[in-house]
Order: sequence, then structure tokens, then C-alpha cells
Amino acid sequence: MSKGLTPSQTIGPFYWGTLVNTYRADLAPPGVAGERIELAVSLHDVQGVLVPDGLIELWQANSHGRYNHPDDRRNLPLDHGFDGFGRASTDATGVARFSTVKPGRVPWPEGGLQAPHVNVSIFARGVLNRLATRVYFEGDPALPEDPVLKLIEPARRDTLIAKRDGAGLWRLPIHLGGPAETVFFDV
Amino acid sequence: MKEETYRRPGGGQHPPNLSPEYKSTTGRSPAKPAIVLPQTLSEITGPLLQTERLDASECDLTRQRMGEPLGERIIVEGRVLDEDGRPVPNALVEIWQCNAAGRYHHPGDQHDAPLDPNFYGGGRARADAEGNYRFVTVKPGAYPWGNHHNAWRPAHIHFSLFGPAFATRLITQMYFPNDPLLAFDPIYNSVPEAARQRLQAAFDMELTQPEWALGYRFDIVLRGRHATPME
Ligand SMILES: [Fe+3]
Repeated sequence: MSKGLTPSQTIGPFYWGTLVNTYRADLAPPGVAGERIELAVSLHDVQGVLVPDGLIELWQANSHGRYNHPDDRRNLPLDHGFDGFGRASTDATGVARFSTVKPGRVPWPEGGLQAPHVNVSIFARGVLNRLATRVYFEGDPALPEDPVLKLIEPARRDTLIAKRDGAGLWRLPIHLGGPAETVFFDV
Repeated sequence: MKEETYRRPGGGQHPPNLSPEYKSTTGRSPAKPAIVLPQTLSEITGPLLQTERLDASECDLTRQRMGEPLGERIIVEGRVLDEDGRPVPNALVEIWQCNAAGRYHHPGDQHDAPLDPNFYGGGRARADAEGNYRFVTVKPGAYPWGNHHNAWRPAHIHFSLFGPAFATRLITQMYFPNDPLLAFDPIYNSVPEAARQRLQAAFDMELTQPEWALGYRFDIVLRGRHATPME
């Protein structure tokens, strides 16, 4: 029996109560293994103006490179209290902040490993379909060999690479359009 | 071993990112095509949130406050399925909506309609092993928005689902059958015509309960998997 997909619609501006109150932007309670990181994602429209009503979701492997999901059948440790999901709204200044651990490397289907990355979903008023992208980490020695970054023309790869500021905060601007448009993926 | 992957939606199912009649899309749509990503572990896994504890009151939006909200009480029931008609078991379904007067319990909603102290408008339910979910709520009102002159959103309930993978994430809206505002709504009409009807719930007399509430049925279909080659 073949069924037609349910079409996507915008999240609209009024999602706060259900989607944000029920989850926290802190993915890794004390005791979870790995390098702790603070990540600040800013969301910009095609004009570069900050978007104060967006929703950002993260999905990531733990520091051992293991996803907390039954289809990841590799014999790697799961961390108690870490399921790899994060959700936060952008604030009045257009920024969503997360506290997590740096993910480990996960395999590429044709062999080898991907560089550490966090999978990101973006929703907002005016965004009719979920936008999917990734966050990578500047300076990671695995970046030059990452097979996903290699799919992207070199000039645009930087749109996925978070940089550490003077206070140690990882920052990544996401541009929905315009000259600095972020690379989005058809997953 | 090759992992199972998810079929990509063909054309004509989802709205285009840029739908100029819906004005906010103009400043918020990527101009470059999305890069097709082979589905790796990152895409075929995703949050299942199976350990998330749900209160009994979360799926009954008429029982979350001191008293009963005003409005027409309704039951919204349906199944979470994939494109092959197979149930997506134990899915977390999240909803939010305005009250019967058309006002959201949200600081950003400036519509001059009354708030209902007995209605918050947010709910969550866990589908069962067969994909069945159920909410009790009140029928949301229509509300005005600034998109164009005399713009009114048809009555709708917002739905959020994860499905089994990062690839299956979906946020959508459920509409009511025969709503005269549907014809004028740029958000509903952003969906290609052949697929639009899928966003309308069906009135269901079987689900309707005498002396109590009208029943609406709304099935949600997420992406199906590629057939697994035999080993
Ligand atoms: Fe709405």
C-alpha cells in the first residue's frame, strides 16, 4: 500500500510553549564523557538580519562516535544521560546557545570516517521545509579528509565550520540566504 | 553491510522554499539548491526520545488547567505511518494551537481576542505500537495575520514529529475539512495542489462521541525506507 507523504509546513512564530519548554539546550549532564563545548548558533535572513524566532535542533553522536539509536549497531559505549538531541529557540538577538560534548567520528558508508560534526535542523516562520545542515569544528585534524565537506565547492565549506572565540565559545552564523548563504543538505 | 536508507521525496509533495504569496519566505529561503547527501549513520539515526516521560494530561488539552476551556471540544486521532503504510511505532507527537477565539498563549501574539485562562494550547502524545495517537482539545479559531490585506489563517493545529531518523523529521499543520479560509491561505496553498488535501483532517462520525465531542481523523505519513537487498 503506497501512501502520499504528509507535506511540510512552517513552524510559525508561536511554537514556544510545547517545543521549547519541554527540552533543554544542555545536552550533556555532568559525568558524560568527552570534551565539553559551548556552541552559539546565530540565524540570519537573506539580508543578514538576525532571526529572533527560529528553532534550532541538534542531533549528534557521543564522544565515542556512537549514536544513541538502534540502527547504530557498532560496539561502542553509550553514555548514561546523553541521548544526543538538543533544541533551543533563537533569542531576541537571533542566537541559540547549547552546551554539549564534542562528538566523536562516525563512519562513511564507502569506508573511512567522517570528521566530528553535529547535525542541525532549522525551523522558522517563513521557512516551509526543515533546513538541514551540519556544524564542524575549526582546527580539527580530520576536516581535510571529510567526505561530506569534499562534496561542497571549497569557497562554501567555511559556512559549516564553527570557530572558537576569545572566551572559548564555538560560534557559527547560519545564513538562510544572501551572499554568505549556508550550505544546506538534501538528507 | 549496507544500512537501510530513506526514500527521497519526489517533486510535488512538499512546498517550494520560496512561495512568494507567503511573504516571509522571501527573506528566509536559500537560493542555492540543497546538496544531496548520501545517507550515513548521521542521517539514518535520529532522536527517538523513548525515555521522555509524558504526563497523562499532556494529550488532553482540556485538562491542563483548573477548569475546562471554552470552545468546541474535539478528539483528534490518527496514525503515524510510512509511505508503505507501515506504522511508525511509539512516535512522539507534539502539537500546539491557539484557543477557540483564535489567540495563542504566547507573548508574541498580539491579536485582540481573549486569552482563555483554562487553555494553554500545547500537547504531547506517544503513539502506540501500531502508530495510533490521540488528543483531546478544543477546535482552534481562525486568526488574522499581517501577510496581506484581510489575511486570516484557517483553523489549524501545528504538529511536530521525528520519525525513526534525522532524515524523517517533519513539522506540519493539520487543517479542518470545508474551511472556507483554505482557499485564501498562502501557507496551505504553498503545497502543490495534488498533495494539499493530505493536510486536511477527516470528520469522523465513528470517532465522534455522543453528548461529548466531535471526532477528526488525521493520519501522518513519513518517508519510507528503501527495500533492503536480500543477502
Ligand atoms: Fe498557527
